[in-house]
Amino acid sequence: MSEMAVTQNDLRVAPAARAPGDEVFKWLTLVMALSIFALIILIGWELFEGSKVALHRFGWHFLVTKDWDPVNEKFGALVFIYGTLVTSAIALLIAVPISIATAVYLTELAPLWLRQPLVIFIELLAAVPSVILGVWGIFVMIPFLRDHVFPLLQKWFGFLPLFQGPIYGVSMLAGGIIVSIMCIPIITSVSREILRSVPGLQREAAYALGATRWEVTRIAVLSYAKKGLYGAVILGLGRALGETMAVTMVIGNTPQIVASLFAPGYTLASVIANEFTEATGRVYLSALFELGLVLLGVTVLVNIGAQLLLKTFAGPTVKPQH
Amino acid sequence: MKKQILSILGGAALLAAPMGLNAQMLINGAGSTFDYPAFTKWFEAYKQIDPDVRFNYQSIGSGGGQQQLLHQTVDFGASDAPMTDEMMARAPGKILHIPVVVGGEAICYNLPGNPKLKLDPDTLVNIYLGNITKWNDPKIAALNPDVNLPDLPVIVVHRSDGSGTTFIFCDYLCSVSPVWADTVGKNTSVKWPVGLGGKGNEGVAGQIRQLSGAIGYVELAYALQNHMTYAQMKNAAGNYLYPTLETVSAALATAKVPDDFRFSMVNAPGDNSYPIAGASWVLIYQHFKDPARGQKLVAFLKWAVTDGQKLSEQLDYAPLPENVQQRVVKLLDTVQ
Repeated sequence: MSEMAVTQNDLRVAPAARAPGDEVFKWLTLVMALSIFALIILIGWELFEGSKVALHRFGWHFLVTKDWDPVNEKFGALVFIYGTLVTSAIALLIAVPISIATAVYLTELAPLWLRQPLVIFIELLAAVPSVILGVWGIFVMIPFLRDHVFPLLQKWFGFLPLFQGPIYGVSMLAGGIIVSIMCIPIITSVSREILRSVPGLQREAAYALGATRWEVTRIAVLSYAKKGLYGAVILGLGRALGETMAVTMVIGNTPQIVASLFAPGYTLASVIANEFTEATGRVYLSALFELGLVLLGVTVLVNIGAQLLLKTFAGPTVKPQH
Repeated sequence: MKKQILSILGGAALLAAPMGLNAQMLINGAGSTFDYPAFTKWFEAYKQIDPDVRFNYQSIGSGGGQQQLLHQTVDFGASDAPMTDEMMARAPGKILHIPVVVGGEAICYNLPGNPKLKLDPDTLVNIYLGNITKWNDPKIAALNPDVNLPDLPVIVVHRSDGSGTTFIFCDYLCSVSPVWADTVGKNTSVKWPVGLGGKGNEGVAGQIRQLSGAIGYVELAYALQNHMTYAQMKNAAGNYLYPTLETVSAALATAKVPDDFRFSMVNAPGDNSYPIAGASWVLIYQHFKDPARGQKLVAFLKWAVTDGQKLSEQLDYAPLPENVQQRVVKLLDTVQ
């Protein structure tokens, strides 16, 4: 980030003669950038329009109501918000260490001949359609987790409420794991690019001070690239919050709030995908629209929260010295 | 001058005729995914009968089918649940319900050793209400004295996506249990007291296959084609029946069908009527804006509910019984 600021300043100082093409280019890019804002606002507006009936009927209670009862037209988003946050948290807990470790290996440690093939594999993983991952989740991942992984977790960590209760296989934990698989390629690719952009001088300086390989990676590379890596994680988070198909297939689709990660749950995106096609009542449809609005809101809030967290906890980053 | 124009037009007609595109009428429909395989088969076969008409059907779900019909963006809708009075009141014209296919639902389960089970309505309701939690529950044992039932927890599976299958299943539970009708009710999605949700027939079937002790409802066609184990259900006459195309057809033959065809055929009377079954309807306006289109569509529907039934039977839909076929054709005669 700070590096970018420096280069921009350099450009502004450089007193090049302004060609008319530059002006056109500037406005063109501005329009492109604004079109993204416009798109988000338009989506938000449409969702708001669609959810008017539900907004009017349930008001703020929609956010704190646990009921989801299409027969009696009682709707609330709380269980789905909970499910979305829990699966995303699990996904990031798994994906972030794996992705960053992979990126470090790829840029710092891996022999050169191995780097490109590994990168290709990671990019292939990103190209797997989520419905395929979901089917794989049902028929391969779930039985494996249910018969081998979950019982072990229960044996070791069964004293925690998180790992108690009956094991069905389909669960919030399974949902989180499948989302983590989808986040890994994104976080890894972006992290790798960021680590690659760390100047070689940084590393050489650390080596010159007698640092070991781990110390070089920690001090010279990771802390230098910290902010960029957080950005990579936030991109992954966006993917996790909105993931629909694969999660729907493995999460068990039960609207409830329970401490156990082995229990089935439900996410905002899943319930919309599940129920939108066959919903007929006006209030019902409107409530589904409102869930979409809530998802948009949750995404915005979580992103803002993550940014604030960065500001407070990241502390002063090592300023690059040029 | 006139002659010239005529000859030009004639030439154009000659050119257009072999291409066939301009002469053809395209009829648009949208709705139920349950009907989609039947429609595909019918549209293909109907090319031989009337080459001048082509169909375009979007299987976007029953809700979408009803909406698009209300907004008159399609010529016909298709829905697994009849339209409510509230929806009908919002329509700009009178809507007819034309039953086109009938399907049953199998109660599938997964128990060690694949025993053959019998279930009655009371037991099924209590399983889905969460009152029966073990397979060796006295209620299940009383119905199956010859089966050695395991001490396994009952894992209830239901559809998570909104679906006509859920509507029919809950319609059945409502018809046999006032408790279900009061506490849960019926819709394309409901607030389930217990259980896991699977997406689509394949999702429910997948969970049943994988979880020992699971039970769930699956479309009969899917259960037949995937060789699943399913239970004999006790019908209204007290007989235990497997769902088959015959027992499902028999249910419609004996069900009470009102003149507007917005019927429910669950728990139908008759010795050979399987109790959990439902129809899917094509929805059309009684008055077509474009009478030529209306005629073509009506001709197709008449064919579909009579001769077409033999084709849909190949896809494991139960055929409409003779008495219903005749009544539907009569209803179609009223379309203008």
